[in-house]
Amino acid sequence: MIEHHLPILLIAIPLMAAPCCVLIHSRRLTQLLALLVCWLCFGISVWLMTKVMHEGAVTYNLGGWEAPYGIVYVVDYLSAFVMLFVSALAAIVLTYSPTSVQAEIPESKQYLFYATYLLCLTGLLGICITGDLFNVFVFLEISSLSTYALISLGRTRRAPLAAFQYLIMGTIGATFILIGIGLLYQMTGTLNMADMAEQLEAVRAVDGETWAGSRTMLVAFAFMTVGLSIKMAVFPLHSWLPNAYTYAPSVVTCFIAATATKVSVYVFIRVVYEIFTPTFAFNILPLDSALMAFSLIGIFVASLAAIYQTNIKRLLAYSSIAQIGYMLLGISMANTAGLTAGIVHMFNHALIKGGLFMVVGCLILRLGSAKLEDLRGAGKTMPWTSFAWVLGGLGLIGVPLTAGFVSKWLLLTAAIDSQHWWVATLMLLSSLLALVYVWRVVETLYFAEPSERAAAAKEAPPLMLVTTYLVVGASIVFGIWTEFSAGVAFETAQHLLGVTQ
Amino acid sequence: MSNDLLQLAMTAEQFKGLYNYWIVIFLMMTGFFIVISRKNMIKTVIGLNIFQTSVFLLYITMGKVNNGTAPILRPEDAHHDDHSHDHADEADHASQIFLDQIADHTPAQNVSAGSEPAIALEALAETGTNDVIYSNPLPSVLMLTAIVVGIATTALALALIVRIREDYGTIEEDEILILDRES
Amino acid sequence: MTPEMMIQLGMGLPLLAMALVGLMGSRPNIREACTLVTSSILFYVTCNLATLVFSGQRPEWNLGEMIPGFEIAFRVEPLGMLFALVASGLWILTTIYAIGYMRGHHEKHQTRFFACFAIAIFAAMAAAFSANLFTLFVAYEAMTISTYPLVTHHGDLKARNGGRVYLGILLSTSVAFFMLAIAWTWSVCGTLDFREGGILGLAHAEGKISDTQLGVLLGLFAFGIGKAALMPFHRWLPAAMVAPTPVSALLHAVAVVKVGVFTVLKVSVYIFGIDLMSQTGISDWLCYVAGATILLASLVAMTKDNLKARLAYSTVSQLAYITLGAALATDVSVIGGGMHIAMHAVGKITLFFCAGAIYVAAHKTDISDMRGLGRAMPLTFGAFFIASLSIIGVPPGGGAWSKWLLALGTVESGKLALMAALMISSLLNIAYLMPIPIRGFMTPPGEKPKSFKEAPMMCVVPLCITAIGSVALFFVAEQIYEWLLPITWEG
Repeated sequence: MIEHHLPILLIAIPLMAAPCCVLIHSRRLTQLLALLVCWLCFGISVWLMTKVMHEGAVTYNLGGWEAPYGIVYVVDYLSAFVMLFVSALAAIVLTYSPTSVQAEIPESKQYLFYATYLLCLTGLLGICITGDLFNVFVFLEISSLSTYALISLGRTRRAPLAAFQYLIMGTIGATFILIGIGLLYQMTGTLNMADMAEQLEAVRAVDGETWAGSRTMLVAFAFMTVGLSIKMAVFPLHSWLPNAYTYAPSVVTCFIAATATKVSVYVFIRVVYEIFTPTFAFNILPLDSALMAFSLIGIFVASLAAIYQTNIKRLLAYSSIAQIGYMLLGISMANTAGLTAGIVHMFNHALIKGGLFMVVGCLILRLGSAKLEDLRGAGKTMPWTSFAWVLGGLGLIGVPLTAGFVSKWLLLTAAIDSQHWWVATLMLLSSLLALVYVWRVVETLYFAEPSERAAAAKEAPPLMLVTTYLVVGASIVFGIWTEFSAGVAFETAQHLLGVTQ
Repeated sequence: MSNDLLQLAMTAEQFKGLYNYWIVIFLMMTGFFIVISRKNMIKTVIGLNIFQTSVFLLYITMGKVNNGTAPILRPEDAHHDDHSHDHADEADHASQIFLDQIADHTPAQNVSAGSEPAIALEALAETGTNDVIYSNPLPSVLMLTAIVVGIATTALALALIVRIREDYGTIEEDEILILDRES
Repeated sequence: MTPEMMIQLGMGLPLLAMALVGLMGSRPNIREACTLVTSSILFYVTCNLATLVFSGQRPEWNLGEMIPGFEIAFRVEPLGMLFALVASGLWILTTIYAIGYMRGHHEKHQTRFFACFAIAIFAAMAAAFSANLFTLFVAYEAMTISTYPLVTHHGDLKARNGGRVYLGILLSTSVAFFMLAIAWTWSVCGTLDFREGGILGLAHAEGKISDTQLGVLLGLFAFGIGKAALMPFHRWLPAAMVAPTPVSALLHAVAVVKVGVFTVLKVSVYIFGIDLMSQTGISDWLCYVAGATILLASLVAMTKDNLKARLAYSTVSQLAYITLGAALATDVSVIGGGMHIAMHAVGKITLFFCAGAIYVAAHKTDISDMRGLGRAMPLTFGAFFIASLSIIGVPPGGGAWSKWLLALGTVESGKLALMAALMISSLLNIAYLMPIPIRGFMTPPGEKPKSFKEAPMMCVVPLCITAIGSVALFFVAEQIYEWLLPITWEG
């Protein structure tokens, strides 16, 4: 009985737990509750993933109302996959968090932190699970609003400012999406994504070629694309991201960097591939060339910017913008191989970037700073933490036997297979920039005379190290054993493209 | 003159018929302009609100059917022989009828109506089983949610502004930038 | 032992060594014993495997797909076997030498040193056994990363800068060119397996790839395999000389650089195919680039006063011999190239051992300071002299045979200019190597005679063994020739 309701419980449990956190108010208890809820969500996600792998997509009608009238929750390969790593990272980051939270967030506000964290998780999972487009907007706003709040918890006075700037950008993006949804609704009279796709397909069948001429569709598509691009932080709409990641508390950065942008990419894939269909987006409209151009420019600009950063949080933030470019590069190829690469990179990058930000969290805890100059020589006093950076960094560069290599290789073969020679070459060259910015930090950690702070520092607490190594280790495991990640991504890609054939 | 341009040109009648959309566009642009041009944070938030409001209007506009009333089913409108059903059942049935209407409202007709799909709805409603014309309630309902989201956003934004003012002593972004650069 | 098990052991043992070294970090004697024991077993295993392979068997082991469509698989053929044999055999000697050197020098972080060393050997074995280009690439990159801590062992500014050039060039070339070349090959052929006769030949016959494209592809491979140190991507090799001498010895005379040229040979024999290269003439330009590298590097070597730097440039030059062998694309030249891997490895490691021994005993790095040192260290300088003969290519050094085969190759393909280059290079070799032992033995000590002694036994014994080895190779060259013969006429 309860099994049947698991899809809704995945959303309901964290949603309900969040106000409970506020009511409980005690730091220790809220922490325990949040931890429990996160791991529970992870458990449910694992269960859903296995169910999808064995029995195919799971649908759940909310309140018993059938689609397309009621809201349905749909768990298919793509959503189960994204939910899996979102909930996994949420749980691991929260396990990692207590010491760091204690150091960075005032004790009186910690229960609020946990409550908002759970809300954010709710939003992210909700976006993935729902089959209703308006619901996507609502969950998107739940996650965004809680993200703004979480960012503003940062220690410096720049944190609220970064949060405010993100809020303005984010709300514009969300409103754009809302306009897009409205126009789509106007066209189809439905909000259910599957139904919407069917209706549009039917229109195309009737109108044939002239279908692309529908101005409402074009406008809806434009609004959705731009809105989602803001949320994904696609160059040149990325300006909110560096500040937000830099000034947020370390734990928050770990969480949102690993999950938030990926979930937006997920929505983008859904919208482009399931609703508008690749034929419309890539054949009739030149979204693929546009996306490719922006991704490549973004990759180079952001990677170059990352090279010149003196704050490693900011460095990683710029690197995130570049990495989003790789995901979109794969998605824009509009073939199975490219899409597989894009989806795998969502997963791999979540692990790699999550792990790296966790390393940064450890460093900040012990050194009290994320500035490169204060990091000098920390490799001597914090060997384990520093080595975790090396491992994660290798993943970011895409060295074989790390997860980053898997995505890079898939993307490369996809690009070459579809005759995108320039993309392949530029992509490889750009990954060398990652080498530069990662190694700059490695050299600072290992080859410089210790700074005062680094000399006085001691190794990060065991729990933080263990969890960091769990994530970094996973990024290596999934670089060697790719049957699951690449397999699921391949299934998804086939499904997404098969629908439209 | 090419065909496309002929299609693009619209008569004064059509222009007037779309007046609510013009309002939406005007509000949207106004709001958007304020957001990107004003450096005072409060004004930015006001702009954001106007921007969001325009979207509310957009949705409500699309839900409105010419001469339609609020979608509440009165007992005398439901042509049922059997009146022994209790009220709840009737309401259930009514909503089913309404949903059927929406479902019947096929996209083919929809697109033929061009950018004014509400007309299609209207035609449908007239040929339906009922004589009464209802407006589509769903967009309005959606907007209730969106308004709540908007309020939450505004509240959060204002709260952040309060904190920024406490920390910096100003809410002008330019001045804050200068302060940040100095520190 | 089944052949499959031998392959597993061949790669498993170095990993085991690494784990043991890591565990025994606090007890140096046990730690070193672990390395020695495992390396000895490894050599035994590779010898056993070699008897199988050279008698015509091709043991295989399939690990499974790492990325859908791309397998990690191993298949041992003569070229790889020879390389594995050389690497595993010299690992034992280098370990003994490293113990003497590191302790004699009181180096820090010895555990890390020996552990990384073991990983590098693992990567070398994996590369040697690889059955397809993908596996080879993974091993190649693993080696780059695992040797970085060795190169930067001292952890100072000099080490950092050396490491920067090392990692920068090796990773850049492999990512920007090598990886692209592999993906291109894959998209043209649909496979990356090493097959007798090459896989591109078929694709070329079917018109999937034109002559020009083949040339470009070859260029991507040749420059992408940065470890082959073809000019202008050779700078990493001199830069890596900041490493402790045992590292320079094993990694930059044997494992790392030889993985590079080994890959070049593998690619030309099993991916392009000798026939395809000689018919289309796509590798002609590569011959001249290799020839130019041979001469230029030799000339640069002459200007270096630092012994290790001179040896490094000498290595660059010698590696180009092997690339030349591959590029000439005749039967003898390819075998000559393969043979030169072994000959040069044994010779060059001796020279590096000597350089290290001189440093340990007398703290001298510059050649100009080595006057009369030979009188105090006769064994070391004697070994240096013998190994120099092998590098120059004069009997009774093993290098004589491989150079002879390469020269035959140039004649066979009618490129007499390259023949001349080889001859001139040999003269240059004499000019930059011979002064060192001559100065050591003949000239009287410049400064007032100090009581220099030979380096510790642990250092001297290995270098004597390798010196003897380089002479011994002269007499078993025919055997090696026969071992390698199958790579040219199979398929």
